[in-house]
Amino acid sequence: MPPTAPEGPVIEFHDVSYRVASTDVLCGLNLRVQRGETLVLLGRSGSGKTTTLKLVNRLLSPTAGEVRVNGVPNRDADVIRLRRSIGYVIQDVGLFPHFTVERNIGLVPTIGGWPEERIRARVQELLQMVGLGPQMSTRYPHQLSGGQRQRVGVARALAADPAVLLMDEPFGALDPITRDELQREFLSLQQRLHKTVVFVTHDLREALLLGSRIALMEAGRLVTVLAPPDFLRSTDPWASAYVKAFADGLQSVADRGTS
Amino acid sequence: MNVFQFILQNRSEVLELTLEHLWLVGVSTLLAMLVGIPLGIAIAHRPRLNKPVLASANIIQTIPSLALFGFLLPVPWLGERADRLAILALILYALLPMIRNTYMGIRGVDPAVVEAGRGMGLTDRQLLFQVELPLALSVILSGVRVAVVISVGLATIAAAIGAGGLGEFIFRGLAMVDNRVILAGAIPAAVLALLADLSVGWLERRLRPR
Repeated sequence: MPPTAPEGPVIEFHDVSYRVASTDVLCGLNLRVQRGETLVLLGRSGSGKTTTLKLVNRLLSPTAGEVRVNGVPNRDADVIRLRRSIGYVIQDVGLFPHFTVERNIGLVPTIGGWPEERIRARVQELLQMVGLGPQMSTRYPHQLSGGQRQRVGVARALAADPAVLLMDEPFGALDPITRDELQREFLSLQQRLHKTVVFVTHDLREALLLGSRIALMEAGRLVTVLAPPDFLRSTDPWASAYVKAFADGLQSVADRGTS
Repeated sequence: MNVFQFILQNRSEVLELTLEHLWLVGVSTLLAMLVGIPLGIAIAHRPRLNKPVLASANIIQTIPSLALFGFLLPVPWLGERADRLAILALILYALLPMIRNTYMGIRGVDPAVVEAGRGMGLTDRQLLFQVELPLALSVILSGVRVAVVISVGLATIAAAIGAGGLGEFIFRGLAMVDNRVILAGAIPAAVLALLADLSVGWLERRLRPR
């Protein structure tokens, strides 16, 4: 980790735009993510959430503007070092099917040249942290359930103890009960680890539950950034549309129950 | 005297020609792997190259083998030794299955796995050797398998330009109008093709991930 002032923002977007074939996927984004917070990017599909996330670890490069991580402009950073210092979790998990759980989790430490003993100990520590038994380390991804796979995905992202975690709808493909469970565990994990997290979701409930702040995106633009309680009270048309859709959903369920 | 008695009687020549045949197929397959697999990797990563490369390999495949041997005959260094020429022709024919299967194997790796690897900070090299190639291996090997089986058959025609191999018996038998002599070349060639198919298939299963 490069030494930086601990109070500065960890991730900064300065007038960032991203165009593909003359379509604005992202337009003039300005956003700061503070140390230790969970910033949720909330929005519909195609609103630019995932693009925003991928600009942080430079899986994409902005067509205009600048992204900084720990004060260093991304375009000047060594991209491999940058990515190894940032944990990355995606919805499809992307576990390496030919590696055991242990090798999956230990990959970044392995290529980082950690001694074998330390990697093994770290894997065990991480398995426990994400609520998996030590016997899981010898399993292959296809022998795991969806929830277990995603836990391994989170453990893998945490392996080299990165200060920043990027999560792209990590719980989106899980059944509601498993999702609930993982959301709760994420909260308690985050209370202990205080990572700087950028979390992408289209689920308002998840955003309200997990976010320190919610950044609402629509059609490639940042609409507003609000803390969860303020989000519920917001008069912004997009934010209130979200809240209304959510409340309507609950209401129609309730109506069905009484009729 | 039936075929098997004939083979038995001429076993030293059958063995010699079989070894020659194996040498032609083995050397050409190895060289074709050295060219074809890297080419397949290159076009999997650079989509702009895939059409021209695959099209060229396809066109080579359509040239009748006897004609290809003929075309290559006047080439200076190659034409001097028939086995060099035969090996080059066999390489050219083996390229298509190798390139195509390598390309398909790598393109077939789950994009989420590649994205996760890249996002974790694997270099292109690490991604290739630790993720893409191991996951594409069984598809690549099935390309090798096809190429070897084709080569064993094609190599019999190499005898037409004097490169030796089991084709010697086949052409001799044709000239003598003697089926036994033809079969003395054809049967060992078929057995070779089967054995090659089985052994690469075995390797493929052994190396398959999971």
